[in-house]
Amino acid sequence: MSQIEAFKHAQPVPDDIAVSTRNICKTYGSVEALKDMTLEFPRGQLTSLLGPSGCGKTTLLKIIAGLLPPTSGEVTVNGKPVTGPGPDRAFVFQDFALLPWASVLRNVAFGLELRGVARSEREDIAARYIREVGLGGFEQAYPHELSGGMRQRVGLARALSVDAQVLLMDEPFSAVDEQTRRKFQEDLLSLVQNENKTFIFVTHSIEEAVYVSDQIAILLPRPSRVSEIIRPTGFRQKSADSIRRDPEYLDIVDDIWASLRSYVE
Amino acid sequence: MKLFGINLPAMSSLILWGLLWEVVGQAELTFFVPPLSEVVRTLVTIIGTPSFLSALGETAYAFGMGVFFSILIGVPTGILMGRSRLLDELLLPWVNVFLSAPLTALVPVLMVLFGFGMKSIIITTALFAIWIIILNARTGVRQINRSLVEMARSFGASPLEAFFKVYLWAALPEILGGIRIGIIRAVKGVIIGQLLISIAGFGALFELYSTNFMMAHFWAVLLVLFALAFSISEFLAYLERKVAYYAAVR
Repeated sequence: MSQIEAFKHAQPVPDDIAVSTRNICKTYGSVEALKDMTLEFPRGQLTSLLGPSGCGKTTLLKIIAGLLPPTSGEVTVNGKPVTGPGPDRAFVFQDFALLPWASVLRNVAFGLELRGVARSEREDIAARYIREVGLGGFEQAYPHELSGGMRQRVGLARALSVDAQVLLMDEPFSAVDEQTRRKFQEDLLSLVQNENKTFIFVTHSIEEAVYVSDQIAILLPRPSRVSEIIRPTGFRQKSADSIRRDPEYLDIVDDIWASLRSYVE
Repeated sequence: MKLFGINLPAMSSLILWGLLWEVVGQAELTFFVPPLSEVVRTLVTIIGTPSFLSALGETAYAFGMGVFFSILIGVPTGILMGRSRLLDELLLPWVNVFLSAPLTALVPVLMVLFGFGMKSIIITTALFAIWIIILNARTGVRQINRSLVEMARSFGASPLEAFFKVYLWAALPEILGGIRIGIIRAVKGVIIGQLLISIAGFGALFELYSTNFMMAHFWAVLLVLFALAFSISEFLAYLERKVAYYAAVR
């Protein structure tokens, strides 16, 4: 790829920030889980929080979700400070967090149910997103009848159906098998393209982060801090199956591994 | 179970024990054990009599009310204890004490507090059933997957919604297990209450038959009582099995 072409595809750092965290600290007793974490998440893009285990990436995500209060510092979503969970954010859980006693349809509609949307309306919306994530025909199935990958599609459909501007994903693909994960990653790329949402994505997989992200925040542990922000731009416009062969993709994966390897015991 | 290659229907062992009962009865080893056939004949003759029906009614009422209140109070208390550290610290010692306490010894105290009537019997019944119901609901709630709780919060569930739409259902297998054991204990409670507080219902019949050495009548009433407790407990076990499928995937 020539320099000019790379420049053409490169996007400027967007100034439209959907979510920002300012000087977030989180301590548990004397343990410092997060220290002075300042990050900005551009609107309509996918930002990964990547780091070795124990670097506080999930803690940061839960603080953004409003599920955990920070010890100090502030999270703002669209300029408004976060004081708890809110309708502007939806969460996708690592272990899916589905209601085992409820059908796929009710699970997907559950977020809307909690928001008081009338039954027929929320089931229409849910049915649409069930088809969108490729689970059409499974509306009346129960979670225990589905594979891990399908369960996470239910979790994703639930998060999409509440139409939040910010999607928070906590290692969403770590509990599904490798092949399903690849398919998920490809689907996620088109999701980011088609839905005008801000994605915040926690992962411990370097390849996954580089593959799906517009921006990668590398977090390092003890004390947890942002060491680097990487914006892979050269291959973002390429088709899903040629990214993994792109030299820039491979270089970034290598670079990140080089900076992280000393923190992995 | 299979015996000599033949599939035996469920509870076939009862036939064997019934036969043994009959043999012991016919051998007239002790007058306390009349033959099963005589007990069954007696059962048929007394089962339609007004005194039996009113005893059944009184017992069923006290039992039903006692179980009703122990579930109504016990399940929410257990769930709240499972969710709130403070309530748990406050109440758990008492629950454990009463679970293993000889409640029969408390009955005279209840009589002083609540009188010699139906009220005391209902309270006795509830006291026998409630502790295990609380404890099981608490256990059920405590092992709800944390991300299910976070899910409810992150999608904006109010505490009340989280209670009725998530916690209650997620803890249902354990709650039903607790209710089943509680009901078995309530059978004990209602009879003890009727024997000690006011001679009423089945308690009165037991008292009447045993003091007059009418052993066939005594056993007949006991059989009815066993059958009732057994059917209720089997029905709850059936409900439990219906929700057990999701106990593993919460």
